[in-house]
Amino acid sequence: MQKLIVVGNGMAGVACVEQILKHSPKFEITIFGDETHVNYNRILLSSVLAGEKSPDDVVLNGLNWYEENGIRLRLGVRITNVDAEAKTVSGDDGSVTAFDKLLLATGSTPIVPSIDDVKRDGVFVFRNLDDTRALLERCRPGLKAVVIGGGLLGLEAARGLQVQGCDVTVVHLMETLMERQLDPVGGSYLATKMNQLRITVLLGLSTTAILGNGKVERVQFKGGGSIPADLVVIAAGIRPRVDLALQAGLQVKRGIVVNDYMETSHPDIFAVGECVEHNNTCYGLIAPLLEQGKVLAATITGNKGPRYEGSVSASKLKIMGVDVFSAGDFSEKVDGTETIRYEDPSIGVYKKLTLKNGRLGGVILVGDASDSHRYMEWLRARTDLGAMRRHLLFPPAAIDDGLDAAHLSDTDTVCGCMGVTKGAVIHAIHDRRVSTLAQLKECTRASTGCGSCTALCQQILKAVVPEFQEEIKKTLCKCVPFSEDSLREILRSQKLKSVQEVLEIYGDGIGCEVCKPALSYMLDMLWCGDHDEDRSARFINDRVHANIQKDGSFSVVPRIRGGVTSPDELRRIADVADKYQVRMVKITGSQRIDLLGVNKSDLPKIWADLGMPSGQAYTKGVRMVKTCVGTDFCRFGTQDSTSAGIELERRLENLYTPHKVKMGAVGCPRNCAEATVKDIGLVGQEGSWQVVVGGAAGKTVRKADLLITVAGTDEALEAAELFFQYYREHANYLERTYDFVERIGIEKVRKETVYATDMSKQGLLDRLRKSKALAKDAWLERNEPRTATQFVQITPMEVFA
Amino acid sequence: MNSGRTWVRVTECKNIPLRQGRTVRLGEREIAIFNLGSRFLAVENRCPHQGGPLSDGIVTGSSVVCPLHAWKLGLEDGRVERPADRPHKCVETFATKIENGTVVVEIPLTRGATTCHDEAMIDLCVSEPSRLDRKELSARAYESAFDFLA
Repeated sequence: MQKLIVVGNGMAGVACVEQILKHSPKFEITIFGDETHVNYNRILLSSVLAGEKSPDDVVLNGLNWYEENGIRLRLGVRITNVDAEAKTVSGDDGSVTAFDKLLLATGSTPIVPSIDDVKRDGVFVFRNLDDTRALLERCRPGLKAVVIGGGLLGLEAARGLQVQGCDVTVVHLMETLMERQLDPVGGSYLATKMNQLRITVLLGLSTTAILGNGKVERVQFKGGGSIPADLVVIAAGIRPRVDLALQAGLQVKRGIVVNDYMETSHPDIFAVGECVEHNNTCYGLIAPLLEQGKVLAATITGNKGPRYEGSVSASKLKIMGVDVFSAGDFSEKVDGTETIRYEDPSIGVYKKLTLKNGRLGGVILVGDASDSHRYMEWLRARTDLGAMRRHLLFPPAAIDDGLDAAHLSDTDTVCGCMGVTKGAVIHAIHDRRVSTLAQLKECTRASTGCGSCTALCQQILKAVVPEFQEEIKKTLCKCVPFSEDSLREILRSQKLKSVQEVLEIYGDGIGCEVCKPALSYMLDMLWCGDHDEDRSARFINDRVHANIQKDGSFSVVPRIRGGVTSPDELRRIADVADKYQVRMVKITGSQRIDLLGVNKSDLPKIWADLGMPSGQAYTKGVRMVKTCVGTDFCRFGTQDSTSAGIELERRLENLYTPHKVKMGAVGCPRNCAEATVKDIGLVGQEGSWQVVVGGAAGKTVRKADLLITVAGTDEALEAAELFFQYYREHANYLERTYDFVERIGIEKVRKETVYATDMSKQGLLDRLRKSKALAKDAWLERNEPRTATQFVQITPMEVFA
Repeated sequence: MNSGRTWVRVTECKNIPLRQGRTVRLGEREIAIFNLGSRFLAVENRCPHQGGPLSDGIVTGSSVVCPLHAWKLGLEDGRVERPADRPHKCVETFATKIENGTVVVEIPLTRGATTCHDEAMIDLCVSEPSRLDRKELSARAYESAFDFLA
């Protein structure tokens, strides 16, 4: 067996080794990596910084992969010398290792511009997992972070720091952000988007010094201006690491020079990845590096034949809500170049295509990169666009969502990073019995790069595998194309506090009757009172705190806790009914009294006359707790269900929930108040309470699941509170507890509420109490209406007869 | 100004909150006026489906969603945008302008032909039995529209 040494344990080197293993087992392979981590996905480091992924999530090949393939892995060893004649490499651990073939996959190093005192404490680069960890340890909410460099990496770092709560400024030397990928107009659209994310962008500024007493305090620019900084991230670009190649006497220009077979100037030394220069071009994006790896694997295993002929460079910014895609050559200078542009500043969309000889030359997409696949395919295949001239920017409307995948041919690329075609995906499904996204990733590596093809992969799986179940949840709506789980996380981490702000950054800027109330709920749940309560985003019931009826009148339901009232209250209700000529007074199914047919303008007066709080019967909130008379009067009562129910209602009232929450408390298993078909029920029995959740007696009937059985009333109430807050934080808007419990599974619900760690339980209770402390009886708005015309019709300024 | 129409000064702009509607009664008509930020749009306050108060709806772009059964109406032309098979139905629209911070609405002097159909047509539309199909609304819009009525 020949000895193959690979210097570099990064994405390009290891991907090439994967390809070599596919050819034949003719090598004894040793991989040296100067980092102490197994092979991971460097592209996703910005997601690690943003807290969206853990370091474990980005691992591509775990230790077992090396073992299974008989690869010796030497982590934490930096190769310091290559002796091309003796065919050995020496490491900084003193080791000398002989090779038959050497593969240099040394990648690149960050460029650190000449800035005074750049080594000061608090200055970071952002290149590998250790840099990311160091940054994560240092960054704190409120810190002032300055990112030097407004390219892909700099912007992704800026967004990660901003999500961590830092106050972020990006300083860029050029006048255009991502000037290698965007033209000035595209750059300004991107700058606007970054500003909306509350990241400050300073352009055309050259950083000259980092000032401070020991640690970073300010960043100074040419011309003398400066801004405060608690930490600085340098992301000014990368440079191929070529020192070993130079030592080995290889031909090196900017990178290690290779030919179409990926051979260097030495017959037994090869190179792949960012350290390589092919046809005067160095590539820094993953897709070309993987193409190189495939060619090199053929060459090095004696199957020389496939040629690497350069790649179409394409890049995509990976910031949630900020779509930027750029590919090919978008300059307009060459004669005969046609340019097609579209821009809409109000929604932040900019598209530009350049055409040369009727074929796509380059493309820039900002604000909407949903068509990037189409353009990549046109670039790769050099498609003649003559017949498509009318649909270059806007494809004909798709008939259904599946059309995208159906229209791809088998040779079309699905995953640009890993170079996986649609044919390869279908092959994997049929021949290797792939039926889930996870298996597809494992089998073909599709969607393991930047992840932007995940939806496409799922479409194909869905179309071809009958039993395929979608793994990601559906999005809130077309206006805001994110799942509610991600939205809650975005709102929380980015401290977004108004519906319009969310729509502008993450949506279409407009919103609809589906997403606006959902976002309003999320903001209230997360910030409760400390948010911008925008009534225009609320259903009418939540604008005037009453239930709209079929004729446009309203119903009024005062809160009667536990259904226990008094002669005084009943008299006031009767007086109100008389005074305002209420059309119907009705006792409802859940022990409520409903006053029907009330004019909107009478609402505040009625609330004042009643002197009772809102029963929240009109909203997605805490309804009254239905109780039986329990031990107070009933011969059979075993628990004081009336008091327990009233206390439960007091603890939760005035809070809002994803959907209405109906509760019941019964004093014995005869279940007179029907607690076992409520969202939350307390069922008393001799010596204990059963707390049950997820019951229903509406469109469907479902018996509630047992959450826990406890001895004391306090414990029962706490269990109910835990479930209540867990439901508030995890359910989708308009998802009743019975759907929620079925979706999550009662076992998991138990594990994350009543059987959770003390710390998680305390967290749930603390957040519940914090919201509760800020929650107010909505009917108090009678004293302080939101606007002068909240309840009344406008009186015209002039008479019109 | 068209003959047979007159401009009526209604209210200060600030009395109609951004992206919300408010009603005003002018003669026989109840009119819903919406604040869309850069402009105000006015329509009759009566959904062509079952007479719902459009002023209480959620505004989406330049349309409003009726609070009763989630019919969606364009505020510029008064046309029904959802359900999709009711293009012949509409509400009357009224021209508006802003003068010195006041919303001014143009009203026909008599209750005559509306912008897109005549009285007979209105009667026909209103008396037509509701055939609102669940599929016409997204399941969620349907939920939010009907759950409150339970």
